Amino acid sequence: MWDMDRWQEIGHTLSRHKLRTGLTAFGVFWGIFMLVLLLGAGNSLKQGAIDRFSGNTNTLYIWIGSPTQYAYKGFAKGRRVDWNIDARDMLRKKLEGAQTVVEINELGGWQAEQYIVHGKRSGTFVARGTHPEVAINSGYAPIKGRFVNANDYAQKRKVAVLGVEVYKQIFEPNEDPVGQSIKIAGIHFMIIGVYQSVIASENSYRDDSRILIPNSTLRTAFNQTEYIGSLRIKPKNGVSAAEVEEQALTLLKEYYYVHPQDTTAFGYYNTEKNYMKVVALFNGLNAFSWFVALGTLLAGVIGVGNIMLIVVKEKTREIGLRKALGATRGSIVGLIIQEALVITALAGYIGLVTGVAVLELFAVLLIKFDIPGFGVPSIDFTTAILALVLLIISGLLATLLPAHKAAAVNPITALQDD
Amino acid sequence: MISLEGIHKHYTSDSRRLHVLKGVNLSIDDGEMVSIMGSSGSGKSTLLNILGLLDTYDQGAYQLGDTAISAGLSEVKAAQLRNRFIGFVFQSFNLLPFKSALENVALPLYYQKIGRKARNYRAEKLLDLVGLGERTKNMPNELSGGQKQRVAIARALITDPRMVLADEPTGALDSATTDDVMAVFKEVHRTGKTIVIVTHEHDIAEQTERLILLKDGQVER
Repeated sequence: MWDMDRWQEIGHTLSRHKLRTGLTAFGVFWGIFMLVLLLGAGNSLKQGAIDRFSGNTNTLYIWIGSPTQYAYKGFAKGRRVDWNIDARDMLRKKLEGAQTVVEINELGGWQAEQYIVHGKRSGTFVARGTHPEVAINSGYAPIKGRFVNANDYAQKRKVAVLGVEVYKQIFEPNEDPVGQSIKIAGIHFMIIGVYQSVIASENSYRDDSRILIPNSTLRTAFNQTEYIGSLRIKPKNGVSAAEVEEQALTLLKEYYYVHPQDTTAFGYYNTEKNYMKVVALFNGLNAFSWFVALGTLLAGVIGVGNIMLIVVKEKTREIGLRKALGATRGSIVGLIIQEALVITALAGYIGLVTGVAVLELFAVLLIKFDIPGFGVPSIDFTTAILALVLLIISGLLATLLPAHKAAAVNPITALQDD
Repeated sequence: MISLEGIHKHYTSDSRRLHVLKGVNLSIDDGEMVSIMGSSGSGKSTLLNILGLLDTYDQGAYQLGDTAISAGLSEVKAAQLRNRFIGFVFQSFNLLPFKSALENVALPLYYQKIGRKARNYRAEKLLDLVGLGERTKNMPNELSGGQKQRVAIARALITDPRMVLADEPTGALDSATTDDVMAVFKEVHRTGKTIVIVTHEHDIAEQTERLILLKDGQVER
């Protein structure tokens, strides 16, 4: 129930010692502000790190590595595995945990740049084979036209999707490239779309500087029918890439007569492993942020408790008088608790709002200056509510001792102070 | 009627047990104005605290009107009874410095959960009664000693108590102001209130109907 008298008294007590109240409140403000800021910054870094995976959080890549380490089944040590499209077909049949197994080729070898011509403009870019599902799983979005579809792949159409940086270099601004033709290594391709990485990261420029063509077309048009550059394996839902990695390597070693203990014949990269490492790292950072911020908050709340002890000491005579006039222990305890809660809740709320405002400001600056490597700094609603609840509980705990002391004031002793 | 029969009170100080009240027998009629005198250490403050339900007694019986006050009275019950039956006036006034005269007077009614309007209405009436009808909004630091004590008397009366206990009410006042304050007490007495004044001043005691003299923890006369 609204009790105007009590609020007036609280207002009076707090305003009588403005500096003291202000400094006490600042301790709580700083604790919750730091909590919001640290968690928001942690989330931003985490999101930035996760974005670097461009949606590939559970994908396995395999390629041919170094020469074999062991002699095995009649083959000498130091042999380089000569794989081909059969490896893809074998894995498609035998690899139970895989949802898709696709081969990826690049024109001229890995990361080799090709001379690309459009009319009078030209440039050198990587031309990579792609598959319809890669767009969904790699974080690419068409900004003009469309992406490579199943028909393009099946019919080996000579179509190309340009990365936005390629488009900027070989087309006039505002020129519609869709339906126009470009020459890749002397062969004409029709442009069907322009893509851009969905998530801005430090890899965006590299990703947006490629030309993607159906891998089936690339293999046929550029005489790579049997050759494969690498394999991209997407596990089925609920299956971990680590599991698929072990199965795939075992199958490939068996198929190409590589010793089971050989660790270098095939190179591989499991995005899930790195993704989990990043997630674990940032979860640790998050826990540390909570620890540091809660420590700061605790110091602030202890400050409140300490000040309330001083307030009770100062008010001993007043409390004694109130008791003599009929105040019960409950009303005295209520007054002290309410006073402490006003400081903690108000300062905490201001800290929360300021923290969120600062995070918003950072978010605007990150977007304005296009700084890669960071996600939007923010904290979720549940965390904000949790922080407030923690604040209120700790505020209550900090007041228990002063409130107990206030309740124990003996009116006889208090009124005899003079 | 207020009656004490065979009241004993002990205190322990520095591991010594002090027998402060040694079987006090006392009765005060409704509407009587009495004074309690005694030398330092005679037990008059302890007696006042027991009468005012600020302290409990160890042995004996205390009857406050129709209510029997038990030796082991709980703190909550004592607070309720104090609020309803007893008004206090202290030597150093004990007004809350951040509340106006009106708010100070109304304070005991706050603990009876009476609404602000009703509290202020009754407080205004009482400030009128003690001659401070024009000073309701003044803060304590804007009042003289005598005015502060009159505010304290008004506060003691606001719950319409059975008894007003005044502990050295004129101890901090000059003689002219003392007369003013005693005039207020007499005026209040005329309305039928029981008034108990603890004092060490004979001329104050002489203005009451009866003097109770305490000596070594017992009523001498």
